[in-house]
Amino acid sequence: MKGFGMTRWIEKMGGVNLLPVAVMLVGFVLIGAPSSWVTLTVAGLAMGMMVFLMASGLSLVFGLMDVLNFGHSAFVSFGAFVAASVLAGLSGWLGAPSVLLNVAALALALAAALAFGLAAGLFFERVIIKPVYKDHLRQILITMGALIVSEQIILALWGGTPITVHRPAFLEGAWIIGDISIEIYRGFAFALGLVVFAGLYFTLNRTRLGLLIRAGVENREMVEALGFRIDRLFVGVFMLGSALAALGGAMWAGYLTLITPALGGEMMIVVFIVVIIGGLGSIEGTLLGALMVGLVSNYVGFLAPKLALASNMILMMAILMWRPSGLRPAVK
Amino acid sequence: MSMKPTYGSIGVKLVVLLIAAALLFAPFLFQDVRSIEVAARICIFIVLVASYDLLIGYTGIVSFAHTMFFGFGAYGAAILLKQMGPGWAPVVLGGLAGIALSLVIAVAIGLLSLRVKAIFFAMITLAAASVALVLASQLSHLTGGEDGITYSAPDLFKPATKLLVDAEGKVLKIAGVRMNGKIAAYYFVFLSSAVLFGLMLRLVGSPLGTVLKAIRENEARAEAIGYRVVAYRTFVFCISAVVASLAGTIYAVWLKYTGPETALSFDIMIDILLMVVIGGMGTMWGPVIGATLLVIAQYYLRDLMGAAAEAVSSVPLLPELLNPDRWLFWLGILFILLVYFFPKGIAGTAMEKGVRQ
Repeated sequence: MKGFGMTRWIEKMGGVNLLPVAVMLVGFVLIGAPSSWVTLTVAGLAMGMMVFLMASGLSLVFGLMDVLNFGHSAFVSFGAFVAASVLAGLSGWLGAPSVLLNVAALALALAAALAFGLAAGLFFERVIIKPVYKDHLRQILITMGALIVSEQIILALWGGTPITVHRPAFLEGAWIIGDISIEIYRGFAFALGLVVFAGLYFTLNRTRLGLLIRAGVENREMVEALGFRIDRLFVGVFMLGSALAALGGAMWAGYLTLITPALGGEMMIVVFIVVIIGGLGSIEGTLLGALMVGLVSNYVGFLAPKLALASNMILMMAILMWRPSGLRPAVK
Repeated sequence: MSMKPTYGSIGVKLVVLLIAAALLFAPFLFQDVRSIEVAARICIFIVLVASYDLLIGYTGIVSFAHTMFFGFGAYGAAILLKQMGPGWAPVVLGGLAGIALSLVIAVAIGLLSLRVKAIFFAMITLAAASVALVLASQLSHLTGGEDGITYSAPDLFKPATKLLVDAEGKVLKIAGVRMNGKIAAYYFVFLSSAVLFGLMLRLVGSPLGTVLKAIRENEARAEAIGYRVVAYRTFVFCISAVVASLAGTIYAVWLKYTGPETALSFDIMIDILLMVVIGGMGTMWGPVIGATLLVIAQYYLRDLMGAAAEAVSSVPLLPELLNPDRWLFWLGILFILLVYFFPKGIAGTAMEKGVRQ
């Protein structure tokens, strides 16, 4: 029963939560050079956290409402473009030597993306999705149609040419430790993602609101029967999810520094893969999936650049064969 | 129990017949190059959209990988035509290779994910399609990357080929149309599309088609009666993939060019979705109407929108939205409204009207 003991040991240490660590170890062995490994790992974790921001809302909305929003990537694109426009408008503050002005500009840009996400989420839920609850086929079609329209609006408003995103001066550059260099922006993105995750985790697991949301995921009818207005909860979660996607898009825009309207569509595939890997409906699963996808795409991008996107697909296939409903699904 | 067909369904069939006749005589009716392009594209898209309707309309599966299979067929023929030179062997071999690859991938995706929820399947096909698109642009020594591949069609389809000659040895003209290779190419597209469409029509009329509808209406009950739902779904997914792949091969031979824009891009997937929803899901006539309307709109609506944009150039934002490049904006809105109010599309809604006692 040696194998069994090993399994128990792994479960005790955290089970599937260890997978990103395992990916890091495999990456370390394959890459060899510690300094490149650290750079790639930081990049992977930062990318993972930004993808987590974009994907968490999608996963929660699916878990709670059984609605999969194919138009989710529109929020990502809009977040990116709204933030880029605000930053461009405040370019005077960005270049200013005062860190305070820098921070203010960044905070305003992120707040604008969040506010836009909240408002667009409200509109989307009420107008687009509400009429087609519980009808998956029409849901997929309607949200796809909404995605087409949103992409066209972005093209009409901002044009098809790439737009440069100005970063605040205090996030430019890199920390250099020995022969390891870590971009400050990546550190910031990682920290922001971690804060959002902690906030979501706390809300879901330690507050009454979170209790209701989790109960709604588990058994909607029962929560309704107990007298709670679960549809209002749905709108709230949907708006929050859209706002987080917009925030993720804004951060991603700063990471890329050059954005095109195709950004949302490109990220959507990654977001879907993350949600599938993580298991629908759980933010822990989404975080795991996002970190793994971020790490794997950075490692593979370094080791075999041509396989970068296919690697995510292979990762997804492998995990689905092992666990058909993802790593930590909340929905049965 | 036999029901008389409604007036609406007679009307829809008449319209389809009219479209078929127009396509059959297209080279004689519309004698300019652009119209023949439009007619050939309509033929191909009718087949492509009808094969997609087998999935979405007859079994209720949403796949976003349909262009991937279309692309396999197109690239199969294109790569071999480029490497082996013009001839029939590369077309046949390339077509078969496209079918084989489509079958393998369709079986793999189907068995892996058709047993789970429809939404899961949609996401997985979307991911697979995007990987195919990236691979096509990265394996550039084989696929020509973003630029695609240009090649020659078999000799029969070259414009210089004389199909029929008059007494002086010149190309014979019938009703003012030169009987050259271009005509042969068009009728190759028309006839092969007609055969494929006929086969699909036969399929949905067969007992198999009835089982598919049963699965769409009530999956659990179909399973309980003893039909193996996963097996049927995988089978339909494979059939529709094969037809899409063949349509791709035909299109590659017609265009003499294959690239991501014409054979793989997500825009084509969106076109297919629009066509099947606008035309009407769950009937083979819907795709005919949807594909015809949308292809014509693609070619001619843009001119109209350009004129409209000029007319409102003083109003803010409106000219931007009426820009010919923004035509998808309006189609997207139309699409959403149709899914809300007429989920059965033009054909489905019309066929319910005018019940006869």
